[in-house]
Amino acid sequence: MQKISIKLNGEVRYVYVEPNEVLLDVLRDKLGAKSPKSGCERGDCGACAVLLNGKSVRSCLILAIEVDGQEIDTLEGLSQGGLTPLQESFIRHNSFQCGFCAPGMTISATELLKNNPHPTRDEIKEAIAGNLCRCTGYESIIEAIEEISKK
Amino acid sequence: MPISHEFDYKKVVTVSEAVDLKAKYGSNAKILAGGTDLIVLIKEDVLKPEFLIDIKGINELKQITFTENKLKIGANVTFSEIHESSQIKEKAYILWEAAGTVASVGVRNSATLVGNICTAVPSLDSAPALLVHDTIVHLKSNKGERTIPIEQWFTGSKKTAINPDEMVVAVTLNLPEKKSASCYKKLGRYKGEDLAQAGVGVLITENKQYRVAFCAVGPIPTRAYKIENILNGNQLSDELISKAQNLVEQEISPITDIRSSKEYRTEMVKVMLERALKDANSILSGKNVSLNPIL
Repeated sequence: MQKISIKLNGEVRYVYVEPNEVLLDVLRDKLGAKSPKSGCERGDCGACAVLLNGKSVRSCLILAIEVDGQEIDTLEGLSQGGLTPLQESFIRHNSFQCGFCAPGMTISATELLKNNPHPTRDEIKEAIAGNLCRCTGYESIIEAIEEISKK
Repeated sequence: MPISHEFDYKKVVTVSEAVDLKAKYGSNAKILAGGTDLIVLIKEDVLKPEFLIDIKGINELKQITFTENKLKIGANVTFSEIHESSQIKEKAYILWEAAGTVASVGVRNSATLVGNICTAVPSLDSAPALLVHDTIVHLKSNKGERTIPIEQWFTGSKKTAINPDEMVVAVTLNLPEKKSASCYKKLGRYKGEDLAQAGVGVLITENKQYRVAFCAVGPIPTRAYKIENILNGNQLSDELISKAQNLVEQEISPITDIRSSKEYRTEMVKVMLERALKDANSILSGKNVSLNPIL
């Protein structure tokens, strides 16, 4: 076991991990951040997306020990001060049904809007191409992000 | 999903630390950069390394450097960093374009170009770009360093010319001295995240020298010299393109798999070759074309 520190959602947290522990599992099971979901476990579905030093990554493909001393933000962190305008837009557009993809989708869309506040529809599609949704068929997700991008 | 076997891990800060560990453990130690291939292979028990050498702390491998007619990309440079570089877009358009088609943003933010050529799956998007730029692969071990031309790098599906005690530290693309233009065409099943069913890269210089490379249509990505020979020195025309298309079947050896059939791949490579040649030619002549690398 090795003690690592992660600045998780703005708060420095210490946790003991083995080298073979995956970040997603440590976030969920040891640090209580349950928004990243275990989907495909191989980087295809985007359900486990978190921000690592501000960039979206697949937490199922990163070892916890790799991020020692670095910053991780999950959906819990993004909405610490209440729902973000993006989340409210998702609700208005009924973007999600089961909600399993919602945390990862929100992470990807948040990264997009931070880097590119007024993306085109194609840029929105490209940004969420790695986030699979099996309920609502993407249209209502794209429309919700588009609404924010026009503000 | 937990990883079922144990290994040691070290984050190194110098190349010499990394190659010393490689000398000690050989193929039982794996180099970890982005991890987007490696961690999947470990999770699925395809690989069971004893030691993971994390090289992300080696700052010198994060560099993108331009020197006279050369573009050097370190082993820690991610596809996102390549796709965000306006200099790469200007000087090695095909690499910039291909980088943007790899998987999805969240994977590109971690995945490295060097990792892509080390995993060496036949569908790797970066290969046509590296092939048309006569890229050199830089390897290091604790005995010294050596270079391998990219054409000799791929030795089979998921196999490369690397030795067990070596690591790839960088690749260097040779940029044509003459004015040139290049582009990549990728056949996916849908726009967005998908592996290539076929990939075609083209580079044309102003003195009418052509370079053509394919990926995902054979066990290894290859340059298409027969096609290049028929194109070289000639102005692009419909007749010339159709001569080039007639040679496609001699240049590729596609298989039928879950993503598409051999026949479909073959026919589509002909279409993609035509579009890539026409697009690269349009860019070369300064026309403002709206390019989409994904068919």
